[in-house]
Amino acid sequence: MLKIIIVGCGKIGGTILESFTEEGHNVIAVDNDPEVIGELTNIYDVIGVCGNGTDCDVLDEAGVSDAEMFVAATSSDELNMLSCYLAKKMGAKHTIARIRNPEYNLKSLGFLRQQLDLSMAINPEMLAAKEMFNILKLPSAVKIETFSARNFEIIELILKESSALTGIKLMDLRNKFKAKFLICVVRRGNEVYIPDGNFVLYPGDKIGLTAEPSEIQKLMRALGIDKKQAKSVMILGGSRIAFYLSKMLIAAGNSVKIIERDEERCNEFSDSLDKAIVIHGDGAQQELLLEEGLDSIDAFVSLTGMDEENILISIFASTHGVPTVISKVNRNELADMASKLGLDCVISPKEIVTDVIVQYARALENSLGSNVETLYNIMDGKAEVLEFNVRSDFKQIGIKLKDMKLKSGILIAGIIRERRPIIPTGDDVILNNDKVIILAADQRLNDLSDIIK
Amino acid sequence: MNRRMIFYMVENIVKLEAVLLVLPLLVSLCYNEMNCLSAFSITLIAAAAVGVALTLIFKPKNKVIYAKEGFIIVTLAWVFLSVIGAMPFLISGEVTNFFDAFFETVSGFTTTGASILTDVEKMSHGLLFWRSFTHWIGGMGVLVLIMAIIPTDSGRAIHILRAEMAGPVIGKIVPKIKDTAKILYFIYFVITVVEMGFLFFGGMPLFDSAVHALGTAGTGGFGIKADSLAGYSPYLQWVITVFMLIFGINFNLFYLLLIRKFKPVITNRELWVYAGIVVISAGIITVSIYPLYNNFSDSVRHSFFQVASIVSTTGYSSTDFNLWPDLARNIIFILMFFGGCAGSTAGGLKISRLMILFKSIQKDVRHLLHPRSVASVKLEGKPLDNTILHSVTTYFSIYIVLIAATFLLLSFEPNFDFEANITASISCCNNVGPGLGLVGPMSGYGGYSDFSKLVLSIAMLFGRLEIYPVLLALYPKTWRKK
Repeated sequence: MLKIIIVGCGKIGGTILESFTEEGHNVIAVDNDPEVIGELTNIYDVIGVCGNGTDCDVLDEAGVSDAEMFVAATSSDELNMLSCYLAKKMGAKHTIARIRNPEYNLKSLGFLRQQLDLSMAINPEMLAAKEMFNILKLPSAVKIETFSARNFEIIELILKESSALTGIKLMDLRNKFKAKFLICVVRRGNEVYIPDGNFVLYPGDKIGLTAEPSEIQKLMRALGIDKKQAKSVMILGGSRIAFYLSKMLIAAGNSVKIIERDEERCNEFSDSLDKAIVIHGDGAQQELLLEEGLDSIDAFVSLTGMDEENILISIFASTHGVPTVISKVNRNELADMASKLGLDCVISPKEIVTDVIVQYARALENSLGSNVETLYNIMDGKAEVLEFNVRSDFKQIGIKLKDMKLKSGILIAGIIRERRPIIPTGDDVILNNDKVIILAADQRLNDLSDIIK
Repeated sequence: MNRRMIFYMVENIVKLEAVLLVLPLLVSLCYNEMNCLSAFSITLIAAAAVGVALTLIFKPKNKVIYAKEGFIIVTLAWVFLSVIGAMPFLISGEVTNFFDAFFETVSGFTTTGASILTDVEKMSHGLLFWRSFTHWIGGMGVLVLIMAIIPTDSGRAIHILRAEMAGPVIGKIVPKIKDTAKILYFIYFVITVVEMGFLFFGGMPLFDSAVHALGTAGTGGFGIKADSLAGYSPYLQWVITVFMLIFGINFNLFYLLLIRKFKPVITNRELWVYAGIVVISAGIITVSIYPLYNNFSDSVRHSFFQVASIVSTTGYSSTDFNLWPDLARNIIFILMFFGGCAGSTAGGLKISRLMILFKSIQKDVRHLLHPRSVASVKLEGKPLDNTILHSVTTYFSIYIVLIAATFLLLSFEPNFDFEANITASISCCNNVGPGLGLVGPMSGYGGYSDFSKLVLSIAMLFGRLEIYPVLLALYPKTWRKK
């Protein structure tokens, strides 16, 4: 259990706090709004300290001197940097600051991190943009997680009526498609299943699928769900995410069109992004969207500041036949609603940030034994995928997977040996120095040995 | 309302009590008191059976509780606890009336220390030990103990902690409720053992030291002699005085000492006010009673002992303060309201609440002088929220109403006069124990009718749980589904 101090408990800070309390850490919340502190201490098992996170007395009261982790997630970058700096000087072991201003991120981040002795600078908007970029690269998926330096991927798909995967027992699928892949998790309604060979998929299921990267395109084609990569992308709302995403898309040679209401923002965008087309106008007006060619684009990304607006405009875009629609939705309740309304691809920046920070904390906690290398929440937070390093003290080395007594709700989704991914079958074994990718439904793992009964 | 969760907590309390009953059972075994032994065994088995039965009937579907459930859990838990705790008295036959046994147990758990027993020295050791042990359990709070043992995965359990622990603002000392509860009980246990050591090595018999240490720790006050502590040596009386005062201090301060943070302890305003009240009132009493004893050391000892006993709401006595001059008796009477610091095992209004009340009076007076002035009320250097100010003043009003209601309901007593009734109601509502006059330190509550005993028992519960939980549990709308 770590002692973790979180400064700034708004949208992002609050989500991080929630995951940390679920993980069982000792959390101290610092915020200058007494109401926020009152609410948090009523709901979660945490201590609240009311005050400014850059006030040494407040930090002292929070007990910063023996804190293992210090997260500053206020809305101000400068405040975060300053309070992390102070915390580090006062004895906090690891400091994480939320820094999201592009000016800091693009130019001086490395220098800042070094000078402030930050363990991690986290930029929710950048991370969200990266995730969206991944999806646009492989548009038939709704979410893609990469492991072990892009050697291994888990792709989330939603099965349509026409999908070739439905109605067949899983054990017959491999023979039918002659491709090495594994369906490792299925979400049907609110339940998450780890399917066995007799499992039959239905339209509407959300599945998690792994395959060797070289085979993914082939597989998608075989499954008949291959969409061509997005070439022209329309982005609604000139937010920071839009900025990062456009930058990545342009670098990858796509054409980008950004629609923004505020003239000043438009000017800033056109100054810093040469190749993007910046449109000044209200994206909520359907006429404008159609005029700008909504019917002919490959992908539509809705990134305005309002969840409701994003959902509604995204629905409008999908009804106009845009192949890939991504919408940013921050509030969990709304995200659930959006997927019920038929939006497959909903991204929440705060969830992504939480994943990254929780993963960091687990790695800290397990500096001995088999490490958690990477951690992702998939299936809307109902299951976790973890990447472990196998050390020689793991007792199941050399035992065939089909002979291992795994807990229920656990699946070995992949083994990476010498940077090459293996999609495992019952006859494969885990060797020393492998990396193993484990999928866990409804439970939290801290160590590789936790998967055995 | 999450009824299943309420009963889940209650069933845990019942099971816990079964476990706790093992201790007095062993004491009876040591003293070879067969009657008592069988009384404890029967109660233990019955409690365990009820606990298991409840477990089978009520399984919580979700463990989410809100403030409302917290209040009800606490009230129900204490009622169950007291009813079961009264059983050994009845079964052993040493107390024959249910209301007497109930009164005695409630008085024990609420750390009041008011007794209906007429001849305490005739009681068996097992029951005497159980009486004092209930003080110890009730002092820190039985649900706090539950929190330290059973897993609570929800942060919302803070509502239970708040409802059971005394004081205007309840904070945790470490982030987790479970750890907080463990630390509190650890401190509580250690100080109790230390006191027992001081008493035992100062020449008190082992059984007496154990019983008195338990009684002091919970700030209860059940004695095992007819004259309370008057018969013990001055050294032992001083030890008890010091420890009564210690248990009236906020436990968070002991934790701060434990982790070597001395500055917040030294600058704690509540502690200084507490110390000031004790020294000043003991000083005045010393002067006022000097003619009675004609001996400086006796007067100082008796005045400090009585002041410590009343202000910490313990209720031991080293002399019959009923015989003191009016000035001394009046001070004792006023001290009954005060109580110890917030977050201690003491009852009463609590010093910090008095400080807040006093400061808001100051603020309002200033506001009358300068109608446009803006002033904030601070406690321990931090400005207080208006909601807290408001809740403290409301609490005070309800508290006065409670005392008045108790007093009114005691009007049907032919044998008790005005002085006895008013001090009995104040003493029970503040969990002090002895009153003045006919309910003074050397007499008891045995002469009251069953009805009055029930009234006083409920008043004690109100006082220990700081009114709101019991009030809410008695309020019909709380129980309605919609």
